[in-house]
Amino acid sequence: MSGALRLRSVSVRMGARSLVDAVDLTLESGQVTAIIGPNGAGKSTLLSVAAGQLRPSTGTVHLGEREAHRVPSAEAARRRAVMPQDSAVAFAFTVREVVAMGRTPWRKAKADDDTAVTAALDLTGLTGLADREVTTLSGGERQRAALARVIAQATPVTEGSVILLDEPTSAMDVAHAESTLALTRRLAAQGAAVGVVLHDLDAAASYADRLLLLENGRVRAHGPVQEVCRAEVLSAVYGTPVEVLDAGGRLRVGPVRPARTG
Amino acid sequence: MSSPAAPGLRSFPEDQGGRTHYGASAVASPTDDDAAPSSATRRAGAVLTDAVPVSAGRVSSGGGPGPGIPGDAVGRQGGQPGPHGRPHAGSRRTRALITAAALCAALVLVVLVSSSLGQFSTTPGQVLDSLLRVALGGADPLADRLDATLWTIRFPRTALALLVGACLAVAGTVMQGLFANPLAEPSIIGVSAGASVGAGLVIVAGAATTLPWTLPAAAFTGALLVTALVWSLSRTGGRAVVLALVLTGIAINAVAGAATSFLVFLGDTSSREQIIFWQMGTLSNATWQSAGITAVVFLAGLLGCLAIRGRIDVLALGDRSASAMGIPVERLRLLAILLVCVLTGVAVAFAGVISFVGLIVPHTLRLVVGPSQRHLVPLSALGGAVLLGLADIAARTVIPFADLPVGVFTALVGGPLFLVLLRRTLRGSGVQA
Repeated sequence: MSGALRLRSVSVRMGARSLVDAVDLTLESGQVTAIIGPNGAGKSTLLSVAAGQLRPSTGTVHLGEREAHRVPSAEAARRRAVMPQDSAVAFAFTVREVVAMGRTPWRKAKADDDTAVTAALDLTGLTGLADREVTTLSGGERQRAALARVIAQATPVTEGSVILLDEPTSAMDVAHAESTLALTRRLAAQGAAVGVVLHDLDAAASYADRLLLLENGRVRAHGPVQEVCRAEVLSAVYGTPVEVLDAGGRLRVGPVRPARTG
Repeated sequence: MSSPAAPGLRSFPEDQGGRTHYGASAVASPTDDDAAPSSATRRAGAVLTDAVPVSAGRVSSGGGPGPGIPGDAVGRQGGQPGPHGRPHAGSRRTRALITAAALCAALVLVVLVSSSLGQFSTTPGQVLDSLLRVALGGADPLADRLDATLWTIRFPRTALALLVGACLAVAGTVMQGLFANPLAEPSIIGVSAGASVGAGLVIVAGAATTLPWTLPAAAFTGALLVTALVWSLSRTGGRAVVLALVLTGIAINAVAGAATSFLVFLGDTSSREQIIFWQMGTLSNATWQSAGITAVVFLAGLLGCLAIRGRIDVLALGDRSASAMGIPVERLRLLAILLVCVLTGVAVAFAGVISFVGLIVPHTLRLVVGPSQRHLVPLSALGGAVLLGLADIAARTVIPFADLPVGVFTALVGGPLFLVLLRRTLRGSGVQA
């Protein structure tokens, strides 16, 4: 038992290429797990498998007690919300309309939905933009709208809720990126199992409980932040010097940068 | 800084830098287990806590109440107007109601005007009188010459025009939502081309004139078969994606078009004329039977489209996001295409190929009431009926004593109008067309 979402020896093959190779990943309730690794390491592919959007070539995915693909789709959507990398919307829906789409799996009383939508808008700082058309938003704002939709879908967060975010902060400014990462912690504090793909190693080390480091589709390291964040491992995987500094109880992780002189 | 600064902070636009509660929570919560946040962040947290008393619990939350707990965010900034006063869902609903009322009024006018026009001149008042007398009073429509003209020729034609327009517009609306593209049209999936082949076959074979219902039946069957062919050929790996559907549609449309041309080549002079006129689209063969069958199919199709319209909206987020929200994308797409095919098929079967109604009605309505299918599906039924009703009036009156093919008219007027709309849309708010 244990683990809101469990991937067991999951592999994804496309033709002869192996995108994900025998990966085990357990997303625990109440924890944020960050998936890190270089470009093309298979992070997004792994997240797609976890999200149920891609059936693995081999291996199993369990959502709670059952195999994920045996859970009826609406029920699965109530327990597992997914924010994709691409936050484009085809038509000029308003932000509020997009966020309200997150309530699709619920079909409950309207008032309840309105509360969830308003709360999600508020949490992502979009209340002032609620009536704007998403097609007129900047990339970062659109990403926040997608995040708000995912939060609306995940409401109410309970033990067993799974929230998957694929590079949620890639287009956001530093303030909104921090707020978003802080939000993942708060969702976890409410009992959600959060999985997030991140490129920013320092952010991953600061906000995640556990890290999964992927290299060429394989797990290179998996465990608590302190275990995974080792300079020699990260430097080898990324092929560039990475330093890990202890800054008073928390790690600062980043590339080694040359000193500027003159 | 102290609490007097609070109002300023509160009304600070949220989209400018996260210095509101959204940013505040970031200051307070990420490092709950952090030994020593800087005194500056402590201060900022304190100010914001003062500034936003309603959500004080949230600002200091880490393990406490947080997102998604109803009541948590209630009342916060709810009454504040956003900095960007754009049309929103509420006003879109209001606009939809106004548009519906306007279209209903237009529909009544179209019925009266359309029915009063013709060689045997009548006034809208006489039309209304006849309508009430026969429909409510139970008078015999054939007893009076005026009643007979109205009830055997004009009313069926007007009814068919409205129904065909409604069918085409609803099908176009669903098609655009389905393809998440405002330029999608039912003809993409081969409905019209298939119907043309079916119609051409029976005309050339000579069955169309000898057996009464073979022409519409063959057209409808052709529409269904070719759509099924496009659907099955575009499936790759058990899924039909939009791009594959469009490309397969182009290829099949070309083949079906060539097949129709071949039938025209094979046929004798009268068959050729019949095929060509059928392809132009005309309402002159309307009867109560054809209008009745169209009405039944239209109602069934409309009910189906109304039932799935909320889910079609979600497809605008992309197939992956839609399926992550529990929408069985593949099944929904198949069902929607079937509905589009049946609606368009019945329209084409009785009225021939009438273009642009399915494109222009949803496009225009979207500019007024926004892109949600919740409003667009019912409104486009009204809009399509009004548009084709008007087009039919024009087709009968533009050239005196000549009955222009209504399909020619909709294309002649609809094409340029669509260009104008398109250019305005593209120039406007950056809608991704």
